Amino acid sequence: MNKVIFLFLRRMRTPLLVLIGAYTVSGVGLLLIPGMDDQGEPWRMSIFHAFYFLSYTATTTGFGEVPHAFTDAQRMWVTFSIYLTIVAWLYAIGKILTLIQDPAFRQALGSHALDRAVRRMKEPFYIVCGHGDTGSMLVRAMVQRGRHAVVIDYDPDRINDLELADLTLHVPGLLGDASVSRHLKAAGLLHPLCRGVVALTDDEEANLKIAITSKLLNPELPVICRAHTRSTEDNMASFGTDHIINPFDAFGERLGLALRSPGLYLLREWLTSVPGSPLQEPVHPPRGTWILVGFGRFGKAVRRAMVAQGLSTVVIEIDPSRAGCDGPCVEGRGTEADTLRLAGIDQAVGLVAGTEQDTNNLSVIMTARDLKPDLFMIARQNHCDNQDLFDAARPALVMRSSEMIVESILAHLGNPLLARFLLLSLGRGEAWANELLSRISGVTDERVPEVWRVHVTAKGAPALHALIREGHPVTLGQLLEAGQARYAILNCVPLMLCRGGEERLTPSEDTLIEQGDRLLLCGRPRAADYLHHLLRDQQALRYLVTGDNRPDGWIWRMLGMGRPEPAAGPDRDR
Amino acid sequence: MSLEKVVFSFFILLALTLNFGFVLGEFDNPDHHHSYELLAVIVVNLIATVLKFGDRTQTGALLLASSLVAVLQLLVAGVVWAYAAHVSATGVDAVMMASIVSLAAGALLANIVSVVLVIIDTVNLRR
Repeated sequence: MNKVIFLFLRRMRTPLLVLIGAYTVSGVGLLLIPGMDDQGEPWRMSIFHAFYFLSYTATTTGFGEVPHAFTDAQRMWVTFSIYLTIVAWLYAIGKILTLIQDPAFRQALGSHALDRAVRRMKEPFYIVCGHGDTGSMLVRAMVQRGRHAVVIDYDPDRINDLELADLTLHVPGLLGDASVSRHLKAAGLLHPLCRGVVALTDDEEANLKIAITSKLLNPELPVICRAHTRSTEDNMASFGTDHIINPFDAFGERLGLALRSPGLYLLREWLTSVPGSPLQEPVHPPRGTWILVGFGRFGKAVRRAMVAQGLSTVVIEIDPSRAGCDGPCVEGRGTEADTLRLAGIDQAVGLVAGTEQDTNNLSVIMTARDLKPDLFMIARQNHCDNQDLFDAARPALVMRSSEMIVESILAHLGNPLLARFLLLSLGRGEAWANELLSRISGVTDERVPEVWRVHVTAKGAPALHALIREGHPVTLGQLLEAGQARYAILNCVPLMLCRGGEERLTPSEDTLIEQGDRLLLCGRPRAADYLHHLLRDQQALRYLVTGDNRPDGWIWRMLGMGRPEPAAGPDRDR
Repeated sequence: MSLEKVVFSFFILLALTLNFGFVLGEFDNPDHHHSYELLAVIVVNLIATVLKFGDRTQTGALLLASSLVAVLQLLVAGVVWAYAAHVSATGVDAVMMASIVSLAAGALLANIVSVVLVIIDTVNLRR
């Protein structure tokens, strides 16, 4: 605030001096020029009257001549002083208006507002550096999940985008270079509630600098970084960056999973997508020979995944020697039918359009579809703006780097239990995945489910915790049934139960819940809120599980302490 | 020597001297204190205050504070005078004059502090 006030005062110096001067000159004139009262006696204005008169003429209010009608000499002077004071006022007001529009002043005001917003953060938050395609998608997804964020970007347009974005939580935006430590500090790097830094700028160097700065200034803080090359990735890992996301490798891994086990792949997609969006259809990438168009970072990652699954590939690349092709390779762009035929499109089962140009990728898909309509096609989409075109081209799978990054970050930030579940699920078979998928689709009606966890403690689930402590055995099935009896929409699937070091995937209905258990559940969006509410509502939960209707409220509980426990009431809806 | 410094010191000194001149004389005698003199003191003090705006140093903050005190006291003195002359039935009598002059004397103290601070600042600058 200091800076704003001082800037304001300094700029207001001249206008205020001009104003004081104008008032003094006009006022002194009024005092000196003799007037005449009603009786024709000579009369001089007092200081008070002069000030009163000036106050209303200078501000153009105008009440007339007080306390007596003026003489002509006085009127001449007043004419002059009206112009003088009004010009002085206009000048002062003009200065104030210019000052308010002054970029330096606005920036001081903005940074002050940000400082205050960050200082007043009452809930854990993350610093997101870079508000481009990926950054804005991440912020939106985080806000949807009720997480707070502070954004840093050097581009004023993107900060404006943030202000215009229709977010349900206030996300402060700092205009500045995120790789400058001063800006990271202003965004709350040292704030006790800061939970992590996410570096998503499109500049590898800047991401690296952000990671180093955060690790040096606040070593405890988790840092998540996006990296596009191996060398940056290794560099970031060398000083302990907690999570490095390479979108191409991440997609390669997923593709590998889809090839190996479509069920597990779909399960992963369902549980990590943004809750409430439509559920993804199952995909079954065929086994056989694949054509890869473009052999850059993306093509290489895809090829690694395919080779690991025992598939053969043919690469189409403009400059094979520079790209470092080491297998069957055809030189060309891939957008013409000749090259595709040369690469053996007639024998191929699938095609990956993975160049850095969206136009080329679309063109490859259209050409290939003409040649062989039943080809399984994977396209790489580089820019958000081309979404419509890729939707229209309908490849079986679209790889969007920003989406890959966001999902990976959310899975990492959001829920360590979910990350653990996804890891453990890789060890399970296709049949297990398919059975779980059908259970999930049974409760979520075509929407991506919400995944949440319940910690059975006095804080996390007071009602349930109290019930178990009193010695009522509660099974998982009973709890879920109670939830459904209370709220029709509360229908969820238990994914995992952690007890001490033991981790049980898809625990059965008759599992007894114990104190300190951690449960991972999934269900419709909003079901989490209802369950959360039920786990806090002692009376409802007790009644639903044990059929016992106890007096509620502190006074009734005190009164009821001496009485024997009443028999179970017959009506379920209190 | 810069013109800005001259103007700055000039107004701060003038604020003190005019203030002193107004307070000088028999304490509660309306004949010894003139309203125009008080007007001059107020105007010069206002200018001195505005000149002190926007200085972020510690001395600057103290200077501004002392000036604000002086202006506040003088404005109250002015209001008391206007009340005595125009609203009160008794006019500017010895009682009213006593309170006006004592308020102005308080402002005088604040102005002395201002001048002392400016001198200290200048002496430190020389070293």
